[in-house]
Amino acid sequence: MTPRPYADPYLAGVGLGLVLLACFALSGQGLGASGAFASAASHVAGVVSKNAWVEGYLHGGSWMLVEVGGLIVGAGLSAWLAGRLAVSNAPSGRFAASLTGGILMGVGAALARGCTSGLALSGGALLGVGAWVFMIALFAAGFLAAPLLRRLWA
Amino acid sequence: MRDLLVAAAIGVAFGWTLERAGLGDPPKLAGQFYLRDFTVLKVMMSALVTAMLGAFWLDRLGVVDLGKVYVPETVLLPQLVGGLVFGFGFVLSGLCPGTSCVALASGRGEGAATVLGLLVGMLLMGLAFPSLEAFYGATPIGAMTLPRLTGLPYGVVVAGITVACVGLLAAIGRWEARR
Repeated sequence: MTPRPYADPYLAGVGLGLVLLACFALSGQGLGASGAFASAASHVAGVVSKNAWVEGYLHGGSWMLVEVGGLIVGAGLSAWLAGRLAVSNAPSGRFAASLTGGILMGVGAALARGCTSGLALSGGALLGVGAWVFMIALFAAGFLAAPLLRRLWA
Repeated sequence: MRDLLVAAAIGVAFGWTLERAGLGDPPKLAGQFYLRDFTVLKVMMSALVTAMLGAFWLDRLGVVDLGKVYVPETVLLPQLVGGLVFGFGFVLSGLCPGTSCVALASGRGEGAATVLGLLVGMLLMGLAFPSLEAFYGATPIGAMTLPRLTGLPYGVVVAGITVACVGLLAAIGRWEARR
């Protein structure tokens, strides 16, 4: 099956906004992703070091873990139905870059207390100051770093 | 139990929408930072405006009490530095935490690598926290919002952000048409 084209970005954006709105109304909080990683990492880090950060994510992380579990199921189902589910290796050089990028985003999201979905999008829609600071900083750094990494995406 | 069912349902819809938009595709996301592909900004801005206007009006109509919705805490310095570090990682990986799960679910190796990296990064934070604690808590201003910070009415800020986002998207549209 040839992969179907992606949806119109504005339509998908409005759809994503409605999912976020439903999340506000039904759960009293926004969407999230990095919180699940923080929670999972806390269970491992907690064995070695008990501190306020670890304790904070050790308890009450189940909502986020279940939501991200759902995210993986929903994304997999959508990719499969659109003919886009295909196991592939990262192109050469990109695996190490993705791993490093993941580590940096893990540290960045931990410092900021959220990521693109939980802080920038969800907090931004609620007019949170920290959310807008984070969003502007992340896009500024992205545009500044891009010329240095041109070869990676040529 | 109801909470976790909501979490699962919201998660499925969230993952579905991100995948449909093409946000599990690293070259597409990275393309934003080279001005080749504007999907990231288009999806993000239209989602933000939709949810912001929806929350504002549902609160006005008495359907949702915005006062009961959790607004993320603002801690200026770590969020500024965290955003800068995060943005650099975003271009390296071509994915963010949510979209790395989409890429993983679509079978992409970059998704698995990014997910692994995120776990390592969070683990580093968990282990290094005692020495980072002072910076982590620096310059806290609580659940501060733009209306409270500026003294402007909530609706005025909502209108301002709507005009700015729609204006930005319109400018992107014109720029793409000229190319």
